[in-house]
Amino acid sequence: MLSDVTLGQYVPGESFIHRLDARVKIILVFVYTCALFAVKTPAGCCLYAVFTFICVFVSGVPFRFILRGLRPMLFILVFTAALNIFMNEGNVIATVFEYKGFALEITDKGIYTAAIMAARLLLLLAGTSLLTLTTTPIMLTDAVEYLLKPLKRIGVPAHEAAMMMTVALRFIPTLAEEADRIIKAQKARGADFESGNIIKRARAMLPVMIPLFIGSFRRADELATAMDARCYNGGENRTRMRVMRATKRDAAAAAAVAALVIGAAAAEILGRCAVL
Amino acid sequence: MDDIVIRTENLEYVYQKGMPFESAALTGVNISIKRGSFTAIIGHTGSGKSTLVQHFNALIKPPPGRIFIDGEDISSAEPKKLRMKVGMVFQYPEHQLFEETVYKDIAYGPVNMGLAEDEINGRVIEAARLTGLGEDVLDRSPFELSGGQKRRAAIAGVIAMRPSVLILDEPAAGLDPAGGREIMTGIRRIHSETPGMTVVFVSHSMEDVAGIADNVIVMNKGTAAMTGSVDEIFSHSEELAGMGLAVPEVTRVTDILRARGVDIPAGIYTVEAAADAVCRILGDRLPGRWQDRGGKYAE
Repeated sequence: MLSDVTLGQYVPGESFIHRLDARVKIILVFVYTCALFAVKTPAGCCLYAVFTFICVFVSGVPFRFILRGLRPMLFILVFTAALNIFMNEGNVIATVFEYKGFALEITDKGIYTAAIMAARLLLLLAGTSLLTLTTTPIMLTDAVEYLLKPLKRIGVPAHEAAMMMTVALRFIPTLAEEADRIIKAQKARGADFESGNIIKRARAMLPVMIPLFIGSFRRADELATAMDARCYNGGENRTRMRVMRATKRDAAAAAAVAALVIGAAAAEILGRCAVL
Repeated sequence: MDDIVIRTENLEYVYQKGMPFESAALTGVNISIKRGSFTAIIGHTGSGKSTLVQHFNALIKPPPGRIFIDGEDISSAEPKKLRMKVGMVFQYPEHQLFEETVYKDIAYGPVNMGLAEDEINGRVIEAARLTGLGEDVLDRSPFELSGGQKRRAAIAGVIAMRPSVLILDEPAAGLDPAGGREIMTGIRRIHSETPGMTVVFVSHSMEDVAGIADNVIVMNKGTAAMTGSVDEIFSHSEELAGMGLAVPEVTRVTDILRARGVDIPAGIYTVEAAADAVCRILGDRLPGRWQDRGGKYAE
């Protein structure tokens, strides 16, 4: 159902990870992601996997939430893995088919690369979804605004961008709910969204899309009026209700990620030496 | 048995099942609604009343519990046929208008039913008349209409399907008191002009219910806490207050008067009826101009 959209799906909690400063969390996830690109050995992957597993465990977010976030990416995952299996040179293990000198072959190196790639993608997704699952959208946008601040000098409207993001995130569940209700209402009037060819189905969606659009314009208008009525005029000199404060906890988290990166780098070097 | 049009057995429903935000909306609802009746479902916000009515035309289908419409279990019924029989007007139905003209919007349901052109035309005209929309409105865009007219147009869109059961979720919500009352009396008129039609409406306002409904089902925390006639339900004003529902203010006043020994009858739900009763009690003790006023209310 539409109300099950996972985007911005925050899982409330009081864990160590939940209480980290959102800015620190974003930077750490960024570092985590960058360092992940350098991982090319099973040892590095294992280290990362253990670290990610511990983080998820500490956060108290149920594992099926992480898995559900991975589901939409399954296609890409399978696709890249499949490409890698066939597109690497090495010792041929099996030949899938052969035609006029062109052969589709599974090589040992192909399987190895595919496995590493898949593991990296999974870890990347798990790490980033942990960020959104443990941070409220509002905290996230506040943090993004803070981190974009230096770019204001070169004309990036950081506050406006963050405000737009906040508003958009805020209205996703509202619009999903509204869409759900409109779909039900049109179904109650005999609408049929399931049968017929693509064109017919697209036409059947019109009675949902039009009210939904009109509804979003109405809401946008109401929101603009409400903000105007409270004298909202952009980001100059605004103070915050939620003051972001980095604490010892954040330092500890940073140290943990640093340890991970160094550990992974060491594992990489040792791993490669072993291969050579 | 035959005169029951809707019956539910142990209806349960949980929102976002298996999620941290899981919340039970219905916890075992057993109700029956008589054919041809005008039934109100009232309850505090979050009592499960909207969730309950959405089960009646299979928009929500939960595994536990069963619903019978005309004695038939709806889990085996074809949804499209069922939805022609049970018409559903959602909260703020005007937000679902989409066509270029009011006429086309009202015709949307009948067109989906696959009816012939002149049959559709007849139904649209009739639905517009029943909801009190003038024929000149039919060619206009629904987005040009006033709030009250939009709502009538949306209700007409459901009535044009000629359902034998009409369900309305908070039909008066968001309208000013006069507009709300107009919609409610309009619905009552449609009910009386359409023989055999059962009307079920959801409301949280006791004032709405008092003037209009025959039967009342009180929802509280996902169960049907009380059922009965308006008089029966309103005589339990303390229990109602415990469920976050209040009897009409004027009824509270007359109840207090009666408790203090004033000989005022029970079952007064409108200011007019109360004024009438008070004038009758005071009778010739009133100064002249008030006696006139009493006469007016007695009419």
